[in-house]
Amino acid sequence: MAKVKVYVDNRPFEVADDQNMLRTCLQLGFDLPYFCWHPALGSVGACRQCAVKQYRDADDKRGRIVMACMTPAAEGLRVSVHDPEVVAFRAGIIEGLMESHPHDCPVCDEGGECHLQDMTVMTGHNYRRYRFNKRTFRNQDLGPLVNHEMNRCIQCYRCVRYYREYAGGNDLEEFVLRNLVYFGRHQDGVLENEFAGNLVEICPTGVFTDKTLKKHYTRKWDLQFSPSVCVHCGVGCNTSPGERYGVLRRVVNRYHGDVNGYFLCDRGRFGYEFVNGDRRVREPLVRRDSPGEKLEPVSKSAALERLRGILDGAKILGIGSPRASLEANFALRAWVGPERFHAGVGDGENWLTGAMLGALRDGKARSPSLHDVELSDAALVLGEDVTQTAPRLALALRQSVRWRGFELADRFKIPRWLDHAVREIAQDSRSPLYIATPNSTKLDDVATETFRAAPGDLARLGFAVAHALDPESPEPPALSDAMRSLAGRIAEALKNAQRPLVVSGPGLCSEGVVQAAVNVAWALCRSGKPAGLSFTTLECNTFGLGLMEARPLSESLSVLKQGLADTVVVLENDLYARAPKEFVDELFAAAKHVIVLDSLLNRTGEKAEVVLPAATFAECEGTLVSSEGRAQRFFQTFVPAGDIQASWRWIRGLMIATGRREAAAWEGIDDVVRTAAETLPALAGAAKAAPEAAFRAAGAKIPREPHRYSGRTAVHANIDVSEPQPPGDRESALAFSMEGFPDQPPSALTPFFWSPGWNSIQAVNKFQEEIAGPLRGGDPGTRLIEPGTNGHKGYWGAAPAAFQPKSDTWQMVPLYHIFGSEELSQIAPAIAELIPKPYVALGEQGAAQLGLKEGDEVEVKVNGWARRVAVRVRADLPSGVAGLPAQLPGMDYVALPAWGSIVKAG
Amino acid sequence: MLSAEERQEIEAEFAHYPNKEAVCIDAMKIVQRRRGWVSDESLRDIAALLGMSADQLDSVATFYNLIYRKPVGRNVILVCDSVSCWITGYDRLRERLMSVLGIKMGETTPDGRFTLLPIVCLGACDHAPVMMVNNDLHHDVDPGKVEAVLDRYK
Amino acid sequence: MEKVLTKNIRPDLSYVDVQAYESSGGYEGLRKALAMAPGAVTEEVKKSNLRGRGGAGFPTGMKWTFVPMGPDAPSPKYLVANADEMEPGTFKDRLLMEGDPHQLVEGLIVAAYAIQASTAYIFIRGEYFLSEERLRRAIAEAEEKHYLGKNILGSGYNLEMVVHMSGGRYMCGEETGLLNALEGKRANPRTKPPFPQVSGLFGKPTIVQNVETLSNLPHILRNGIEWFKSLSLSVDAGTKIYGVSGKVKRPGLWELPMGTTVREILEEHAGGMQDGLKFRGLLPGGASTDFLVEEHLDVKMDFTEVQKAGSRLGTGTMIVLDDRTCPVGMVRNLEHFFAQESCGWCTPCWSGLSWAEKALEAIEEGKGNAVDLDHLEYICKLCAPGNTFCALAPGAVEPLQSALKYFRADFERHVADKRCPWNHQA
Ligand SMILES: Cc1cc2nc3c(=O)[nH]c(=O)nc-3n(C[C@H](O)[C@H](O)[C@H](O)COP(=O)(O)O)c2cc1C
Ligand code: SF4
Ligand code: FES
Repeated sequence: MAKVKVYVDNRPFEVADDQNMLRTCLQLGFDLPYFCWHPALGSVGACRQCAVKQYRDADDKRGRIVMACMTPAAEGLRVSVHDPEVVAFRAGIIEGLMESHPHDCPVCDEGGECHLQDMTVMTGHNYRRYRFNKRTFRNQDLGPLVNHEMNRCIQCYRCVRYYREYAGGNDLEEFVLRNLVYFGRHQDGVLENEFAGNLVEICPTGVFTDKTLKKHYTRKWDLQFSPSVCVHCGVGCNTSPGERYGVLRRVVNRYHGDVNGYFLCDRGRFGYEFVNGDRRVREPLVRRDSPGEKLEPVSKSAALERLRGILDGAKILGIGSPRASLEANFALRAWVGPERFHAGVGDGENWLTGAMLGALRDGKARSPSLHDVELSDAALVLGEDVTQTAPRLALALRQSVRWRGFELADRFKIPRWLDHAVREIAQDSRSPLYIATPNSTKLDDVATETFRAAPGDLARLGFAVAHALDPESPEPPALSDAMRSLAGRIAEALKNAQRPLVVSGPGLCSEGVVQAAVNVAWALCRSGKPAGLSFTTLECNTFGLGLMEARPLSESLSVLKQGLADTVVVLENDLYARAPKEFVDELFAAAKHVIVLDSLLNRTGEKAEVVLPAATFAECEGTLVSSEGRAQRFFQTFVPAGDIQASWRWIRGLMIATGRREAAAWEGIDDVVRTAAETLPALAGAAKAAPEAAFRAAGAKIPREPHRYSGRTAVHANIDVSEPQPPGDRESALAFSMEGFPDQPPSALTPFFWSPGWNSIQAVNKFQEEIAGPLRGGDPGTRLIEPGTNGHKGYWGAAPAAFQPKSDTWQMVPLYHIFGSEELSQIAPAIAELIPKPYVALGEQGAAQLGLKEGDEVEVKVNGWARRVAVRVRADLPSGVAGLPAQLPGMDYVALPAWGSIVKAG
Repeated sequence: MLSAEERQEIEAEFAHYPNKEAVCIDAMKIVQRRRGWVSDESLRDIAALLGMSADQLDSVATFYNLIYRKPVGRNVILVCDSVSCWITGYDRLRERLMSVLGIKMGETTPDGRFTLLPIVCLGACDHAPVMMVNNDLHHDVDPGKVEAVLDRYK
Repeated sequence: MEKVLTKNIRPDLSYVDVQAYESSGGYEGLRKALAMAPGAVTEEVKKSNLRGRGGAGFPTGMKWTFVPMGPDAPSPKYLVANADEMEPGTFKDRLLMEGDPHQLVEGLIVAAYAIQASTAYIFIRGEYFLSEERLRRAIAEAEEKHYLGKNILGSGYNLEMVVHMSGGRYMCGEETGLLNALEGKRANPRTKPPFPQVSGLFGKPTIVQNVETLSNLPHILRNGIEWFKSLSLSVDAGTKIYGVSGKVKRPGLWELPMGTTVREILEEHAGGMQDGLKFRGLLPGGASTDFLVEEHLDVKMDFTEVQKAGSRLGTGTMIVLDDRTCPVGMVRNLEHFFAQESCGWCTPCWSGLSWAEKALEAIEEGKGNAVDLDHLEYICKLCAPGNTFCALAPGAVEPLQSALKYFRADFERHVADKRCPWNHQA
């Protein structure tokens, strides 16, 4: 990239030469309207909205109309945004776009945050001249997440370009032609792509809107927002949840240049409704004396009274949680002491978390941000079905394969932003992406090669790749020729790349797989490549918990049995999803008292003596450490009714009540974070994840409400006509108000994107340092995990032996579902509709062997765990392997992978 | 289900193009030649054979006017409605055809014998007005004599 | 005058087989070309001043020079014959394909050799069944005679020729829309640059050439550039197939020297207007060209002169408007066509043309008003070249803008009388 001088309305500007003039003008602050262009999708020149006048030289007074989005910024280029002829042309384009638009803004969910509204006002088109019939369409039912209203369509093609070309979906298309282009599915039905929800933001008008919002609709200007972080997987996408009247109404993307960019996955966007659900714990619950009694709601003071009784002289053991904040986990750890603080995940996962963190800190391979993933030019995915376990990462990997095409385009001087031209010259040439998993994945369509095998064999493949890269890395025993040659191809591709990447994770719960991934990344680093090593984590704070060095969960039982503890405090966790039922039952039986802090009442809560209502992400502040190792702060969206508060606040109260005066110093979240950072050096960076509560922008707090937030004085009028004082906020620099700092706050404190004239989410253009680049002042969060400098640590040892299928038992592996395999989102009603029923998956060969067909009822037994489920026959599973869906609602925990039997139910 | 013949004919086209998708319009025409139109079921079968989704194929199908996504009669009449034919009597020809067949443009006779469709310039403007019935081009059509022409198609 | 392109074409349009074609010097041009270096063939065509006959008139040899050549060039490369001929009022390519298919096949081989293409597609309009049949037959004969296939005439050059029948859309004739159609996609046009010569069919270097253009090549190679230039009466070389449709005495097609005047074609060859009718105007080269009127009758029908007269040579096939045909109705018919064929990609076209069609419909039916007329003028500006993604919409408004200029009074009468004075519908 070089700098060139261009003239916009005769003013000279130094700009980058690798951009088009639309992006350039927007970046320079000009309000140039556009539709078909999107920073993540590039230019295609369809809508003709971004027209500017281009002049040959300073003497050319006539000029000619060109599309800014299709015009490269070149030395000496002269354009005018304000020339009257081009201004009139742009108004004419809007007039054309709106020919058949229903003008139904008052009843349209997009109203008030509509790019079409914004652009219409911007062009000054305000009088309808079209007097003929409009075309009308039938709408489709696209499933529970996205609503369809085709009459509003302006034919900008963004939806299909995003869905098909960016997200890889193949069930949303354009049909017919002329002014009748229809954007939808071939037939009604649920959109199959995991990123369909982004259509809501990609569509510049109200064709695709959030169906979950529709159920409790509120205009953008009447929502109270906060800067937040998604809690539904480990990726750490930034979000902007919106609330009114105590109901969380929706979640939209909050741009982050390094992490989620412009897009979320559907679990992240639509999982929020658990916050409003009837499974919430909204007040303290206490069980009367005998264990057989039911939990009953009591007042906060009654609950504390009871707890004082329990805790007096108690020896407490704490079980932390990968879905609770750093602060909550730290407070519990501080309360019970590091020796009695146990990880709230299965031992296997806990070990893997430690191994992954260790590898990222000890080795040279760096954990990439999602943006880095997009930049990588060769990748190996080992063992992880990323679309299901870390969906947004899959979307980033999908972009990474475009590098080969970009290189081709570069060779022919086709600018990278000229989207269709790049795709046409690229055709099917893609950068290498190898996917090795037991089951087929939704990324396979862009993979160079895929490899289906049992976890052990996946590990062996990884070891073989590492060995091919560096002979010092151990070679798996008895390697087949086929695997050796595949490993050779993968090694070659990674070696030839500039920015190779290895992706793996704990999904298969396989030590070998993680070790193999580490060896590959380290072997690349040893050969001088800046390899990325991206581990997924299954929950939003897996790494945060991991950094606390908790004791394994299994040890908690012996601690109780040895009498070293008698009371168990469970933090935001359903232990029945973490360990076998027998174990948890035994643990609770061995404890004199069980205290649970959670936002949801689950199987674990049902066993407790006291359940305290914990705040969800929308109701408190907290810090989460993503799978990248990035500590990010989420902020309270709204003040919940009743006694709900952050877990760490409950713990603080209990500590003070039981004489632990040191907790009194934690007046606000900043104090907890500071203490945590002092106690655990690994967390030192967490304090810098966001500005502290004392921060003020020009002396003012930052409003959570847009300044047109309406009817505040009337909100409580049915209760009291005098306007109540808005709640104060001691935890952060944000205010529950529309008053405060009127301009752009620091990125970590930006609750929503809005700028004068830009009411839609596309206002984000105004918040970026450069368009599609970092937010002003830098993207939020701090990385806690960086590669060590103490050099190469030595490869992991022996690879497992080759997998041997058995005749009567099957190796059961977990299969993940974006909708289903996560505790919080699975109870959001819209998501619940999309969760599969429990099943066992078998390969075609296996099904034939057992004489089973799709849908047959079978009894599956794994180490004492048993369940009747239906059979799913999947062509992709390797022989000897069967799959069980992970963490589906109503399915008890079963430790996998493990051998199990499948018998036709009689 | 595609017939073996249809499948063979489609697969034979693969040799001429670097990818299967390029054959999709041909494939639909191959099926349509035998069945008159491309039903949802055929669409899905063809898509599966070509490794496309039904949605993708339908997007292509609905762009082109010679791919019929609705059933047509045994014989399809295409009447040129473009400029030279319009000048030389398209209106009268169209009216005549509609009254002889008792249907409007775009419709099929109740006995399934004829479907009447407009078509753009058939490239025989020096012999306007023209129409096509199935694969046969009819020149200098005298509206008064269309019945004789139609008699040939059963 | 010497017939070149049509000399083999029989009055009964019966098939001209390979022997008959060879006996009139057929495939001699190819032999000559194969004896030359590919670049020399391109040079020869460039010097011949042959310009594209598909409508845009781009210099043919020059187009070929943009194709990357040499060992590092991307491969394969493609050549495509644009035989989509769907421009209303245009019927010349069909004659060439039905009447002398080997001429097109030979032209294709010559062009393919010049750019070293390995496959040549002939993209034919879906309704041209006879053209399809004859070209398939000609290709089979050519293969048998080793004019096609592996190691053509011992030259070491290989070429496969494939007939592709269109799914049917005007946009398939636009060269990049055609490429998308050939790839099994919707025939939306593509961004230029990159031009197809660099990244075309399947992302590879591709040349798209009209049937008539290609049919000239064997003769240029065989008889030389001086001969070719001498055929013409104007700066634009060669002969041209001109056509006339509408209410003239003898509608038809004639191969004449490039630069023959409108009057000669209309009066001598087409026999003038039918009895009792007066000439009011004509579209000189298909539906997407501006009207010419009485004052233009002595304009030479070549690329340069027609342009000077405010229109375009286009395809060289004229559509004549007489005084008993309503100009508003004619333009409405044309805009109906264009609005219907708009691919729906860019706003001025899909919205502007449908608006224009509806406004014309209103005017024609006596429901129009002065605002509609102004708006028609406005749509012509909205769809000016450069404002739209491809040339369909600018072409679509050419007859409209010129009709508003030359026949303004007729439009105004419709509005004032609230009915069509010709009452065409009745
Ligand atoms: C809407 C549209 C339709 C066209 N249709 C045809 C056509 O049917 N046949 C053709 O040869 N050129 C057609 N053209 C012109 C082609 O784009 C292209 O210029 C031509 O095929 C190049 O060949 P030539 O240089 O030999 O004329 C069309 C152009 C446009 C914009
Ligand atoms: S001008 Fe635009 S809408 Fe019209 S055919 Fe061309 S690209 Fe399509
Ligand atoms: S944004 Fe430039 S043409 Fe659509």
